[in-house]
Amino acid sequence: MNTRSSLGSKLVASPYIIWAALFIIAPLFFVVYYSFTTASGDFTLANVQALTKYLPTFLRSIWFGIVATLICLVIAFPTAYIISQKSDKIQRTMVMLVMLPMWMSFLIRTYSWMAILQDTGIINSFLAKLGIDSVHMINTGGAVILGMVYNFLPYMILPIYSVMAKLDYSMVEACQDLGGNRLTVVRKCIIPMSVPGIVSGVTMVFVPSVSTFYISQKLGGGSFDLIGDVIERQFQQSYNYNLGAALSLVLMILILISMAFMNKFSDEGEMVI
Amino acid sequence: MKKTVCALFALIMVLLPLNVAFAAGDSEIEALRGTTLYVYNWGEYISDGEDGAIDVNAEFTKKYGIKVVYDTYENNETMYSKLKSGGVSYDIVIPSDYMIERMIAENMLEKIDFDNIPNFSYIPEKYRNLDYDPTGEYSIPYTVSYVGLIYNTKMVEEDPVSWTALWDERYTNNILMFNNPRDAFAIAQSILGQDYNMDTPEGWRIAAALLKEQKSVNPVYVNDEVFLKMESGEAALAPYYVGDYFLMKENNDDLAFVYPKEGVNYFVDAACILKGAKNKRAAELYLDFINEPEIALANAEYICYGSPNSAVYDNPDYEYYEDELLYPEEGAFKTQLFTNLPPEILALESTLWDDVKNYNATDASYRSLFFGENNAVKTENGEAFTSETIKYGICIGVFLLIVIAFVIFRSVRKRIRENY
Repeated sequence: MNTRSSLGSKLVASPYIIWAALFIIAPLFFVVYYSFTTASGDFTLANVQALTKYLPTFLRSIWFGIVATLICLVIAFPTAYIISQKSDKIQRTMVMLVMLPMWMSFLIRTYSWMAILQDTGIINSFLAKLGIDSVHMINTGGAVILGMVYNFLPYMILPIYSVMAKLDYSMVEACQDLGGNRLTVVRKCIIPMSVPGIVSGVTMVFVPSVSTFYISQKLGGGSFDLIGDVIERQFQQSYNYNLGAALSLVLMILILISMAFMNKFSDEGEMVI
Repeated sequence: MKKTVCALFALIMVLLPLNVAFAAGDSEIEALRGTTLYVYNWGEYISDGEDGAIDVNAEFTKKYGIKVVYDTYENNETMYSKLKSGGVSYDIVIPSDYMIERMIAENMLEKIDFDNIPNFSYIPEKYRNLDYDPTGEYSIPYTVSYVGLIYNTKMVEEDPVSWTALWDERYTNNILMFNNPRDAFAIAQSILGQDYNMDTPEGWRIAAALLKEQKSVNPVYVNDEVFLKMESGEAALAPYYVGDYFLMKENNDDLAFVYPKEGVNYFVDAACILKGAKNKRAAELYLDFINEPEIALANAEYICYGSPNSAVYDNPDYEYYEDELLYPEEGAFKTQLFTNLPPEILALESTLWDDVKNYNATDASYRSLFFGENNAVKTENGEAFTSETIKYGICIGVFLLIVIAFVIFRSVRKRIRENY
């Protein structure tokens, strides 16, 4: 392969390079710049120092993100496996069904969960009809995690499914030939081979879960903040871009670290079979 | 012959009003035909033609041939941030009192030429030159209203008379609260008998402590969700604007409204022209248009907030004519207007608000700082490491340990295999 970049390939790549520079790299510089300056533009560390105050919020967000990701993984893995075992036609339909909710606005879907979960909502009215005591669900941490799982589940199912669909079935047969029972096949063969899908799924669920703000406001009742809420408030209400940027910077670094960690996992994963 | 005369006469009769209209139609206004006006207003804050009412923007376009691009915002702060970020350009904006004062101070508003607004005569003296715009050069009142306490008569044991009902533990989980610092603080400040616009940091800290204490009844912080939650009977008590109470009442007859005895916030939303407005003359036409009796009436009946337009509130056909909630007698209860806060107080308010939102009542080692006997005051920074934080910290730590242990186990296993 010719690795020397010709003029043609440079030309083809240039729109994306300009795009990336303008809308990805430049904003990142702004975030860093705002994090270390005051409103009047002087250098300061006050924004970074103020972060210790938000440690509880950071920890809560990360923990919610981890729980939501794990639940998604537990639900998505079997789902993706079952879909990949079906005939092509059924596979296409089922993948479409997974994506179907994404055709509607994420905001509307979250808002409707509010009507479903609230004390006088659909679930509780149904329970009341059956004569069962109502369950308080809305405005709890559980409701927020439910919202995250519901909204981000497709991002876990799709990458795992796409890896599984291309899975080399002769490996599974080899495993069975060597006397592996069903459990062994899944444990020794299917899971290791689908690690790349799991890694990208975990990243795609964890990152938006940690940084979400709408879900926690609507389903959590606004009585406990996630880090996304705090950042949103700095920009929308307090007009404190500097603190908002500092918080975003830390969030970005956290996410980068976890992504680097996950990537290490997948590199190793390809070797272990 | 007679027929022809008749026909001619009829033709003249038809053309006459057109002619007159043409003469009256200022050439300056004619020149604005085909231009565009950008209006930035609160959501649900203009009659939009629903249920056969007047569609104000469409009427304006029909009358003057000026296209109206109409966008909405959720609160003053969002609007301010958006204008400040510079990504947008509007001609007209309708902020609240304290925000107008701030925008005047920051030179964001353009003086209005009142010669172009004959309908300003409908605005009585008492709504002119208010504190936020003492010279009255920048704004024309659009709505005047009050904050009060909405409650569900089926869910409260006795009719509330005080803001302290929002701290009442009998209604735990059923209390709604403003999700914006200014309105939320105003409630605490009313209870404490403070000035809404005080500039003493200590006073704001005390108010914040009272708001933190409210966490023990687990209030839900809401914006527009208040409609869903009050109408469906999900919540018992909510502080909100009186105008919106009428809208909620239409869908849930159990609701009632009270002006708490400690006093309430009185607010004025007024229309202003932004500095650098590209279509100032059209903007003035618009401001005049929304104060036309018919249009102002349609708006007042749609928005349900009080109208500062005398042609509306003196009109016996007006749906809320002499309504005692919308147009209470002067001095019937204590009211305070918001004014712009100095920057350091604004900054303090927003950090205190962050503290309030993140405060965890279950960690409170004290009960009731204000209503109870125990007067132990908790230090402000004592909350950084609460039991909840430690719990999450441990959970994350354990999770990381498991993951790291797994990674080490895998690499060890791999090495053993390779050496095999």
